[in-house]
Amino acid sequence: MSMPFYVPPEQAMKDRADFARKGIARGRSLVALTYDDGICITAENPSNTLRKISEIYDRIAFAGVGRYNEFDQLRVAGVRAADIKGYQYSRDDVDARSLANQYAQILGQIFTHEFKPMEVDILVAEVGTHPGEDQMFHVNYDGTITDEKNYSVLGGDADAIAQRLDSTWHDGLTLAEALQVAVQALAGPDRTLGADDLEVGLLARSNGRRAFRRLTDTDLAELLGTAPSNGGTPASEPAGFAPPSPQSE
Amino acid sequence: MPLFPPNDDPGSSFPDLLRRLGLAPGALPPGTIDVPHGTTCVALRFADGVVMAGDRRATSGNLISHRTMEKVMPADRHSGVAIAGAAGPAMEMVKLFQLQLEHYEKVEGTALSLDGKANQLSMMVRGNLPAAMQGLVVVPIFAGYDTLRHQGRLFDYDVTGGRYEERDYVATGSGSLHAGTVIRVGYREGLSRDEALDLCTRALWVAADNDSATGGPDALRGIYPTVATITARGFERVGDDELAGRFQAVAEQERGVIQ
Repeated sequence: MSMPFYVPPEQAMKDRADFARKGIARGRSLVALTYDDGICITAENPSNTLRKISEIYDRIAFAGVGRYNEFDQLRVAGVRAADIKGYQYSRDDVDARSLANQYAQILGQIFTHEFKPMEVDILVAEVGTHPGEDQMFHVNYDGTITDEKNYSVLGGDADAIAQRLDSTWHDGLTLAEALQVAVQALAGPDRTLGADDLEVGLLARSNGRRAFRRLTDTDLAELLGTAPSNGGTPASEPAGFAPPSPQSE
Repeated sequence: MPLFPPNDDPGSSFPDLLRRLGLAPGALPPGTIDVPHGTTCVALRFADGVVMAGDRRATSGNLISHRTMEKVMPADRHSGVAIAGAAGPAMEMVKLFQLQLEHYEKVEGTALSLDGKANQLSMMVRGNLPAAMQGLVVVPIFAGYDTLRHQGRLFDYDVTGGRYEERDYVATGSGSLHAGTVIRVGYREGLSRDEALDLCTRALWVAADNDSATGGPDALRGIYPTVATITARGFERVGDDELAGRFQAVAEQERGVIQ
């Protein structure tokens, strides 16, 4: 009978963390920052269909980097949890903090108990009714949760990008300025990123009940002051639907 | 947080998710019950899309149980639903329908087609059949702007979930005979918004005039029927000020006819 080698728990945890970090570092990064009308989430994502940023609920968005199938599974679970809670109680009772806590529980559980940790880094953002009330929760592959102010960076290159943001982000950015800041931070000094390399989702206070909205390549090119290289997406995607909430009437 | 293995996932259906989590309502006890009923709703096609309109009254037998019930509601950005029948189950159905459309859109990343939405509602009406047998009948109208075909479309249902697409107009509820007749007489292809709204207000006026369960415009309390247009720009409620003016005009025409 063969005896497994003894592996100290410190080593086992470190190996798992290294594995997850390596997986996350292979993908591209994502930046979320607050601006005057809400939260602007910008990701480097050449795909126009496989999204990293999406809507969870009226005022809540989800963003993930790392393995797509894993964070997409978490995204769908979040949509379900939020819709169920809104159905059982009220739309006002659905909040980002509770969702982020549930994500942290799941990721922590998987990190210690499953065969392989999830190779994901996720963000749950909620736009407040006034500037200064916006919330961003960053949840790591091991379930570590941090409440971030002003901006949040996800992905392998997070430290370098956060350093760049530290000097460029300031209070009361307009949308165009916020995009510039985000894109420059993502690109760094040696690269330039065009509209078709980016995916941008907004949580905008001015957007009605459903605050989430995607920017099309055309919107992006206009805001960044560049022409899209592929001529842009012609039809503007409908903004987040905004029928009056049945409960709020 | 609900997590499912990939081979056992409820997909983008919110009602299925509720059932899986044991949150769907259980079976009704046998017997029939009397509950508040909502009444007349109409919808018609015009040049830019569709108009939906419904009165505001709910009745329990001979009593007016509610004066401000909303029977025309947005289902999502480009569609609306109007209900007649048992008020409680109808409102629950609409709430679930709205949630299902939004849930699908968020999970899948794209909105359902108008036919898909109409089909979804058909299944919900079908699911209500056991309750309908006990007196809790719900018969909705579904109308919307089809963003693929660039036109307004109307759907009518029966209690078994039968779905019928109507070309011009549809009326449901206790006052539907009167309202439907007014629209049939005044309808023609390609009405303008103004003409379509006038026809709707007149139809509701006549329904309220002849059917005791249908509420008319209530200038005293400032309660007017719910009227909405659905076009390429989405679901838009017609304001009470505009409705007050239109009903005033109908009233004056009627006064002219009587004198």
